[in-house]
Amino acid sequence: MSDYSNQILIDRRGKDRVSKFKPAVMLLVPLAAILFQVYVPMFFKYLSYLELPVLVTVYFSLMKQNQIVGTLAGAAIGLAQDSLADHPLGMFGIVKTLVGYFASSLSLRFDVEHPGLRFLVGFCFFCFHELLYWMLTSALLGHEGGFAAVRTLLAGVLNAAVAVPLFALLDKLRERP
Amino acid sequence: MDAILSRYRSLAVLVTVILAQLVLVAYQRKSDNDMASVRVWAVTAVTPVARVLESVRRNSFGFFQNYFVLVDLREENKKLKDDLGKFKLENQFLKNELQMADRVQALSKFQAKTPSRTVGARIIGTGTGTNSKMVLVDRGTSSGVERGMAVITQDGIVGKVVASYPIASQVLLITDTSFRAGVISQKGRVHGTVKGIGQSRVMVDYIQNEDKVEVDEEFFTSGEDRIFPKGLAVGKAEIVRPGTTFKEVQFVPSGLQSVLEEVLIVIEGVHQRIPDFLPGLQNPVVLQTPLPPGLNEKPRPQEEIINSMKTDADRLRERYTGIGSKRSVVGQPVPDYNAEPPPPKPITPSTPNPSAAPVNPNPKPQGGAVPQR
Repeated sequence: MSDYSNQILIDRRGKDRVSKFKPAVMLLVPLAAILFQVYVPMFFKYLSYLELPVLVTVYFSLMKQNQIVGTLAGAAIGLAQDSLADHPLGMFGIVKTLVGYFASSLSLRFDVEHPGLRFLVGFCFFCFHELLYWMLTSALLGHEGGFAAVRTLLAGVLNAAVAVPLFALLDKLRERP
Repeated sequence: MDAILSRYRSLAVLVTVILAQLVLVAYQRKSDNDMASVRVWAVTAVTPVARVLESVRRNSFGFFQNYFVLVDLREENKKLKDDLGKFKLENQFLKNELQMADRVQALSKFQAKTPSRTVGARIIGTGTGTNSKMVLVDRGTSSGVERGMAVITQDGIVGKVVASYPIASQVLLITDTSFRAGVISQKGRVHGTVKGIGQSRVMVDYIQNEDKVEVDEEFFTSGEDRIFPKGLAVGKAEIVRPGTTFKEVQFVPSGLQSVLEEVLIVIEGVHQRIPDFLPGLQNPVVLQTPLPPGLNEKPRPQEEIINSMKTDADRLRERYTGIGSKRSVVGQPVPDYNAEPPPPKPITPSTPNPSAAPVNPNPKPQGGAVPQR
């Protein structure tokens, strides 16, 4: 295995890699992400491509390194987002539940503080989120229209680029050991 | 068993959470219940925050919009930057205020003109999701807004209310893929259904290839959907081409072509006539004011003006009056009205006309002629 792989693969020596956050941070950060999505695109239309709730779900799932926490965090953030959307409750909930679960599963194997990995994770989970959401709305709600693959890939790059500094910023909100 | 459960605990939680949400979605779809109480709670929680953010934005002189401009100027000259920045901020602020005033004025004029009863609303948020075509407005059931009401501006239709809460409402924009409305073309009166396609454009579906629709032809609401009153502008056809089954007609909705900050919600709709297509009115020609009278001409004498206004009957009567005044009908043969009248001469007593007959003071009736009195 190459040196680069060794850098990314997790050092399993300690459980102290699991991050801890204050309950207020766990509550306010997702809320701020949802509010950002509700309010900011009104004035900066291009920012509507930013899916901050997904990035926040991915971040907390990665940092908590617990699949149950990731699942529940994703469900909670998704349902909160659903309550402000125009489709049935549970659509974003299901998608983000899966995102949370898989992100936390990933964190058990990789060094989640590596910027390169964070970029890749941000890109992949955004695309996964969009694809799954499109499949769900087509299958469960009967929505018409094809999947905008190119737009999703471009938005994925944008979200991944935002994910790296955003995750670094959120790292500062971790509780000191 | 316990070992299996503990080993697959996280997977079990995942499956349980997913199933619970699937049941929730199925319940809402089946019973047509959109969990209004949960949404009311969420919107009520978000709306005050959105209002505060909006007021901060309005009072911040567009700080964020001008920040990057000011960063560049700071490097050149601090004093100039301060002055320029101040003026720019003021200018931007005034422009924003002016634009807002113009928009509000246009909207209020339209509101006064339209026969439908409407209520004004301000957009305070957008929907969640990257592809969301939904906005949040600051009017709800307390202002009489209900689900299904039409949302318009003076430029055209914008969307419809899909959920109404006490102090806010969700509006589905015309560009959303689930949006539908009945429309009719202005020239050919061709009926169709406008649909959102998830982009800035919308399409008009169900128009037969044989039907005549031209580029730039305007579409209006037909009123058949019972949401939008008839006669509201929807947009001008930009792309018109024959399709496999139906004609492909696409355009950018006229209601979404400008900045969308204030809208009108139709509380009671009144159908209106579709305006007739008048080619001249589509591209009106501007005419200058008419030339003032007598600008390049000498003033005509009053007699000439009066003569030019006389009719043939007036001239004939004058001629007969002239002939009659020269000859007295009493004791004389009937004047020859076909004869040309002599040129007017001044009559002098010293040179009596020898051809003139003497006047008989006691005339006898001749040939049954009765003198007129």
